[in-house]
Amino acid sequence: MKYDVIVLGGGPAGLAAAIAARGRNKTVLVISNRWQDSPLARAERIDNYLGLPGSTGYALLEQFQRHAVSVGVEFVVGRAISLMQWEGFALTVGSDFYQGGALVMAPGVARAAKFPGEQAFLGRGVSYCATCDGMLYRGKRVVVVGRANDAPEEARYLKSIGCDVTYTAPSRPDGLDEDIPFIRAGRVEIRGEQTVSSVVLDGEALACDGAFILRSSLAPTDLLPELALDDGYIRVDRAMATSIPGVFAAGDCTGKPLQVAKAVGEGHVAGLSACEYLDQQQK
Amino acid sequence: MALMHFNTASFDEAVSAGGAVVVDFWASWCGPCRMLGPVIEQLAADYEGKALVGKVNVDDEQALAMRFGVASIPTVIFFKDGQEVARKVGVMPMGEFTKVLDTLV
Repeated sequence: MKYDVIVLGGGPAGLAAAIAARGRNKTVLVISNRWQDSPLARAERIDNYLGLPGSTGYALLEQFQRHAVSVGVEFVVGRAISLMQWEGFALTVGSDFYQGGALVMAPGVARAAKFPGEQAFLGRGVSYCATCDGMLYRGKRVVVVGRANDAPEEARYLKSIGCDVTYTAPSRPDGLDEDIPFIRAGRVEIRGEQTVSSVVLDGEALACDGAFILRSSLAPTDLLPELALDDGYIRVDRAMATSIPGVFAAGDCTGKPLQVAKAVGEGHVAGLSACEYLDQQQK
Repeated sequence: MALMHFNTASFDEAVSAGGAVVVDFWASWCGPCRMLGPVIEQLAADYEGKALVGKVNVDDEQALAMRFGVASIPTVIFFKDGQEVARKVGVMPMGEFTKVLDTLV
């Protein structure tokens, strides 16, 4: 499916970008987790958003979301696991992929550093996509490192196709199947030779053939390795353009202050800039 | 020759012939693989007559995927003189593939 603008992230920045682009009559797809799972939805009280003091994060987000739906923004719930520049931009979510002419990155801040060994064994036993790689691990031992709300579902999927699954997380998640062994651990290290041979959980080695590391989102630079950063934040100019033509960024991923008002403003600019970029391409 | 769809026999035949061969291990249920599809097709067209470019469906040819230790798809493996010379795991831009292929043809 091809859209004019694809927005990665359904928080205030992403939704503001989406609504701005709809205002210029562009087709827009937002790829994000469930909005109820956004960190903002857990904010008990927001007092500095203009005109709406004392709102909960949940109420604000719900209103933003409703606004976006009402102007025709389309949504897909899921995690973007890979991105390719090809006739614009293509992004994979699960087993589907979506194409867009311009891209707005608004994924929030990446909250977790990579585990030791994770990068080294990526594609050699470490996978971010149960749907993609699960079949290659049928009859083998895999560890699901659950760092996303939907990770228990992915673990169930892996088990259903015949993987020998162990689940690890700092605390037992809701919805984890009773018959999937659970190991409570916070520290994770991936070890192996050519391929993964064990996962070390709080110092205890567990032999396995693969590790599915499932976070709520990938870091922007995992999707676009050539994206320029400043102090870990995506580098942008005043038009919210990144170092890659056609890619714009807004919100917490571009730096402090990590506030709704700033995210909305940046998102609006990024959305308009994406439209301008598309119009230039047309000429 | 356009894009090839290898089974074990045609794969072995193509690789043992010794020329440059590019093989994309993929599956229909893998979104990134389908996304990479057009890039591989373009590669086949651009290197026509210089390299064999083909795909292996890991569902149909599990033994081949096992033989090459394919642990994540898409995996693109480059062969020359019957030997694996390079591999790329995951979705990446066309340039990453042509960079390798240009050293082989």
